[in-house]
Amino acid sequence: MSTGIERHETEEALAELIGDRLLERDDHLNAPGFVIRPDDVQSVLADLREEAGFDMLSCVTGQAYDDRYETIYHLKRYADPTREASVVVPTATDEPVSETAEPIYRAADWGERECYDLVGIEYEGHPDHRRILLPETWQGHPLSPDYDQDKPQIVTLSEHANPIQPDHRESDTMFLNIGPHHPATHGVLHVKTVLDGETVVDLDPDIGYLHRCEEQMCQQGTYRHQIMPYPDRWDYVSSGLLNEWAYARAAEDLADIEVPEYAQVIRTMGAELCRIASHMLALGTFALDVYGEFTALFQYTFRDREIVQDILEDLTGQRLMFNYFRLGGVAWDLPEPREEFFENVRDFLDELPAKVVEYNDMVTSNEIFQVRCVDTGVLEPEVAKSYGVTGPVARGSGVDYDLRRDDPYGYYENLEWNVVTEDGMDNYSRVLVRMQEVEESAKIIEQCVDLLEEWPEDDREIQANVPRTLKPDAGAETYRSVEAAKGELGIYIRSDGTDTPARFKIRSPCFHNLSALAEMAEGEYIPDLVASLGSLDIVLGEVDR
Amino acid sequence: MSNEPRQRIQDSTAPSTDTREDRMGSGVDARMNSKLREAFGASPFILTKFDQFMNWVRGNSMFMLQFGIACCSIEMIHTYAIKHDVDRYGAGVPRASPRQADVMIVPGTIVSKFGPRMKRVYDQMPEPKFVVGMGSCTISGGPFQEGYNVVKGAEEIIPVDIHVPGCPPRPEALVYGILKLQERIQHGESSPVVVKPYELEEFGDLPEDELVQKLAAEIDEEDLVMRYNWADSP
Repeated sequence: MSTGIERHETEEALAELIGDRLLERDDHLNAPGFVIRPDDVQSVLADLREEAGFDMLSCVTGQAYDDRYETIYHLKRYADPTREASVVVPTATDEPVSETAEPIYRAADWGERECYDLVGIEYEGHPDHRRILLPETWQGHPLSPDYDQDKPQIVTLSEHANPIQPDHRESDTMFLNIGPHHPATHGVLHVKTVLDGETVVDLDPDIGYLHRCEEQMCQQGTYRHQIMPYPDRWDYVSSGLLNEWAYARAAEDLADIEVPEYAQVIRTMGAELCRIASHMLALGTFALDVYGEFTALFQYTFRDREIVQDILEDLTGQRLMFNYFRLGGVAWDLPEPREEFFENVRDFLDELPAKVVEYNDMVTSNEIFQVRCVDTGVLEPEVAKSYGVTGPVARGSGVDYDLRRDDPYGYYENLEWNVVTEDGMDNYSRVLVRMQEVEESAKIIEQCVDLLEEWPEDDREIQANVPRTLKPDAGAETYRSVEAAKGELGIYIRSDGTDTPARFKIRSPCFHNLSALAEMAEGEYIPDLVASLGSLDIVLGEVDR
Repeated sequence: MSNEPRQRIQDSTAPSTDTREDRMGSGVDARMNSKLREAFGASPFILTKFDQFMNWVRGNSMFMLQFGIACCSIEMIHTYAIKHDVDRYGAGVPRASPRQADVMIVPGTIVSKFGPRMKRVYDQMPEPKFVVGMGSCTISGGPFQEGYNVVKGAEEIIPVDIHVPGCPPRPEALVYGILKLQERIQHGESSPVVVKPYELEEFGDLPEDELVQKLAAEIDEEDLVMRYNWADSP
């Protein structure tokens, strides 16, 4: 192992590495925070990346204070995500210009565009400095303090021009809009594609067709009750509990709430049920994208999703938008009669292995499927890391990174299960990873059910004692993430001492995974683009938020 | 002697007559055209207005637009898939092209960037066309109503025949909504088409004000635009 990285384990060593460029310390609850000047961004981040091993830019948060704008780069290490660092870059209100981090981390490309779009901070030297979520013709930056929401806006329906000039000597290029209303885009994604024959030469995902102001909604809601319904609607393919956990983890960290062990087991079980439902949808729609499998496989996966949704409905009372977690626990205990509930879950788990065999027969050992997926949409691990790619997509590229194991929360560390990785780096590996994760999730659920069945009746505490009105300390900041179905789902919250957050930032795994699409699809055939997009398993509600 | 019973059986028409009578019962054969009979009376002849007949046909063969926006589309897919199987009601053929579709289910939140695109898709559908608004977002903007980017209901942009409330509505609720739409179509009802607050229009036709002047350099006169007057939204 590189001794250089180990040398920079402590906060003091990091401060020493930054040296004169460090203005002051602004520590967050999760990580040391180093304040630097806006024109030192690239040199500091380059040092932290090369010398101290921070190879992951997890999130870029932009926010506006009364007297300044601030960009926070949340850095992590793929090898050990508990070792974090925040680089804080304040800029003046009248001229919010800061140096771009894009040459150091590719993930900063989209992250900074989002900060520019929503908060209004400008990044000098950014290669593609334009809005990302809101329409190009939008006026103002909605999360900046002087934004007036009642002002009219004009949105165009214009045709998009071919960004590559046609060269009639060699070949002609064709511009193709895929989406925003297209069955293969899994929602309202718009991919501007330039084709040369059937080969993709240029690709630009145009997002924001489902940007429904989730961050603003959460900043208006109170910690205790009003925020929890929104996470369900970020990644809405039944991953509700996984998303709720992201908010619960960040807010519990911020307000220092201990969750009872019994509630943690219920949370773990519910979350893994959600993961199965989500991966089932990913598998079904992927088969639909790749070889038009609407009749058998798609319906089979939906059959299994219905079973999971029935179990979750018994547990939470809802089919899709659960709103089941509370800060400090869950809303209520398992449904009575408990035996019946356990029996339902066990029936599902007993039948699952046979179904997985069936899926493997129909999908992964299908020759047409293999021809379409093996060695297409290749994503090299180093490229994936630079884009901040996480979840099954990263694990399909051989990046051994799973927050359930590497940054343990809930009850995961006490259970027996494995992190699945494949090193094929292609569309096929990503499907294999999801299929095996379904089996691992089943293992976790089974152990949780065993635990819950044996749990003594007088020790079933489902919620910690949390004050009715929660007001975390003013100025407390934290960034916490969990392993959602699509990857690392992180939440940054800054408290200003009131009962609503001053800044609520969502780090969406799909957003970062989608930003790597161009790397996977450029130079490949257009059908492979559709396969790559399907294998990323994005949900536009989470990409756009 | 031994041939006699066999011959009797051979000549007998009783078995087939009995079977036929058992299957048909007395009166006219109810197996054929049963749905038509039910709709138009007991006589085997149909005397109806052509309009009425067309409405009946339309209601029972609806091609849905395959149109997924947000969370509700997941429940919409569940409605199409096994267990709920909306195909049972003659409404289960999702068409990817709006030019082949009769009914558009709007399953989710409409935001400013998507409004013009949805309007374009709606305009591409052939008449007569119908819209089912699925979920609270298509009624009022739902949980995101206060958002700076959210259109306060699909009805701000296109006419909606049926609203299905819920966040998201269960598949059963959507099936109920589709059945109600079929009922309306069969009775020849349709929602009145009025001018919507947000229309696609050429940029040159907008009344000139501060915003239009500011954007004049960026947008061509002929470009189609949608202007959102957020202050007037409900």
